[in-house]
Amino acid sequence: MADIVIDRIRKSFGAFQALKEVSLTINDGEFVSLLGPSGCGKTTLLRIIAGLETSTSGDVRIGDRSIIGLAPKDRGLAMVFQNYAVFPHMTVYENVAFGLRMQKADDARVKAQVEKAAGLLHIEPYLDRYPNKLSGGQRQRVAVARALAVEPKVLLMDEPLSNLDALLRLEMRTELKTVLQSAGTTTIYVTHDQTEAMGLSDRIAVMHNGVVEQVGHPVEIYNHPATRFVGGFIGNPPMNFIKVPVSNGQVAAGAEQLAVPDDVGNEIVLGLRGEAVELAPLPQGIEMKVRVAEPMGSHLLLTGSIHDQPVRVILPASETVKSGDTIGLKLDRRRITWLSPESGKSFPAVSA
Amino acid sequence: MTQNRPWIPYLLILPSVAFLALLFVVPLVQTIWLALSDNGAPSLANAERMVTDINFTRSVRNTFLLTIVVVPVQIAIALAMGAMVSKVGRGRETILWIWTIPLGISDLAAGLVWLSILQNTGYFNSLLFSLGVIGRQASWLSYQTPVALFIAIAVAEIWRGTAIVMVIIVAGLNQVPKEFKEAAEIFGAGPWTRFWRITLPLIRPALQSALILRTVLAFEVFAVVYALGGRNFPVLVGEAYNWQNQNQNYSVAAVYAVLIMIISLAATLIYLKALKVDPERLP
Ligand SMILES: Nc1ncnc2c1ncn2[C@@H]1O[C@H](COP(=O)(O)OP(=O)(O)OP(=O)(O)O)[C@@H](O)[C@H]1O
Ligand SMILES: [Mg+2]
Repeated sequence: MADIVIDRIRKSFGAFQALKEVSLTINDGEFVSLLGPSGCGKTTLLRIIAGLETSTSGDVRIGDRSIIGLAPKDRGLAMVFQNYAVFPHMTVYENVAFGLRMQKADDARVKAQVEKAAGLLHIEPYLDRYPNKLSGGQRQRVAVARALAVEPKVLLMDEPLSNLDALLRLEMRTELKTVLQSAGTTTIYVTHDQTEAMGLSDRIAVMHNGVVEQVGHPVEIYNHPATRFVGGFIGNPPMNFIKVPVSNGQVAAGAEQLAVPDDVGNEIVLGLRGEAVELAPLPQGIEMKVRVAEPMGSHLLLTGSIHDQPVRVILPASETVKSGDTIGLKLDRRRITWLSPESGKSFPAVSA
Repeated sequence: MTQNRPWIPYLLILPSVAFLALLFVVPLVQTIWLALSDNGAPSLANAERMVTDINFTRSVRNTFLLTIVVVPVQIAIALAMGAMVSKVGRGRETILWIWTIPLGISDLAAGLVWLSILQNTGYFNSLLFSLGVIGRQASWLSYQTPVALFIAIAVAEIWRGTAIVMVIIVAGLNQVPKEFKEAAEIFGAGPWTRFWRITLPLIRPALQSALILRTVLAFEVFAVVYALGGRNFPVLVGEAYNWQNQNQNYSVAAVYAVLIMIISLAATLIYLKALKVDPERLP
């Protein structure tokens, strides 16, 4: 069993709190992405799990055993570093073979494993070269191959595909996913790229300022963000947040009345995905002033305002809305998230 | 701009080239001529005089012995110091500062410091006496105790000359990003493996510089030896000094000077070849 339990980890650098009580459980064989803006503590968390950094407090367990006092090499994991850390004085072959050599694997196994990992990452042509002569993306793939070659139970990857072109990245991430899934590797995958996280992950943990804001299945995170930050960070365009008045436990959206959670004040924030709307005649629909209409080919992107607050919505490409129009929108009530105007946290979904 | 006036770089380096030529190349040529001529005609008479002198073989042997013992010890100590100080967080600068103190002391002064410790009435004997190890003053620096004398000189040289090696090696260690060691650690390398397989290869350029510098300086050892052993422990530069000052024979002194230069150049070449730094394999 190689499930990872991160239990109330804190990390301070001097007065600065890089991680403020992070708890997260990654099940055996699960693929979890850490997603969050630059500087939110993703690398710091990985380094604490790997044993390269000591946490200020808290515990990390792998399969029920606390690993907090263990040396990195005794934790039984592999890691892909954000800046690759590919050894410049060894050939690509020796780099990929490094972990196996440390395990005193025999030459036949080393060769087989290196060739397998190199094949997967398309780096066979460079096996005899030194990393210095490789491009950033090639070096990055060497770093990934080095980690895969040891077939770890637990794999930590810090933005492992960030330097590849879009096409190669797409291909690599599918292959990575396949390999890790069939090997049952427990994986923590740090990325900036939300489509990558959405596509690859069993679950996503969204981090912000040293805190895990939400952990969940990609679709759940997309549709029902736990906080305003998560809704704004995930999705393109980001979720719209419209502050609306509440009367008698209801919010008026055009002619429709939407039920809101109990115990709210006289204002609430309506979280709305840009595509969770359809065109409706006024006054049945809620009124939107369109400032710019951008036909994107696959869809129509409208930027404008509802209740004098900026919004972006998406309509089918076939609709004919022009810049300057005023239109009516019907909201998909199942896909509305209600948030508290004060805390920015969302309320549990209201049954319609 | 310099494309239009290609002579500007040359103009700018001219003073330094002229300065070196005047103060280095001219005396060098003169010294070589002085060594290899007799009464204005080319001759090997001075060289013959040098090698037939009773102190010649001893001085060559002593110098090489001292170099072979001192340089590796210095490199090893400097590596250990560098590795230790890289683990230190606060106070690192202070430790480095204290370690480099010997760097600021002239070699003659260093020799005199160790003389005050090791001479018959020195601190070392006082200590041994007060501990009851010896009953009366022992002598460490005489011609009757060649091994003790050698050890004393080696220790003084190591004390005096390790700081510069450490400075170079610490600079080299600072160039190596910590992720390389961390990656090695994650993939199962212990401290010893990390040192041999990661750190050492990556500080090769610094190691090469330190070795060349220290070896060349070791072949030129003089003041420390002179202070501690006088003529009991002849070395190459000491012999050159004696021929020049005591014997007033500038020509034989010149042959010694040329010999030292040849040895230093040869050592440098050997290091450059043996520790070839391949730019392709650097970070
Ligand atoms: N050794 C350190 N000393 C002081 N502060 C640090 C140290 N390491 C990280 N930090 C700080 O901790 C915060 C989190 O850093 P971390 O590297 O974990 O961010 P990240 O989420 O990986 O960002 P990125 O996506 O840019 O890689 C940053 O504000 C950073 O400045
Ligand atoms: Mg990072």
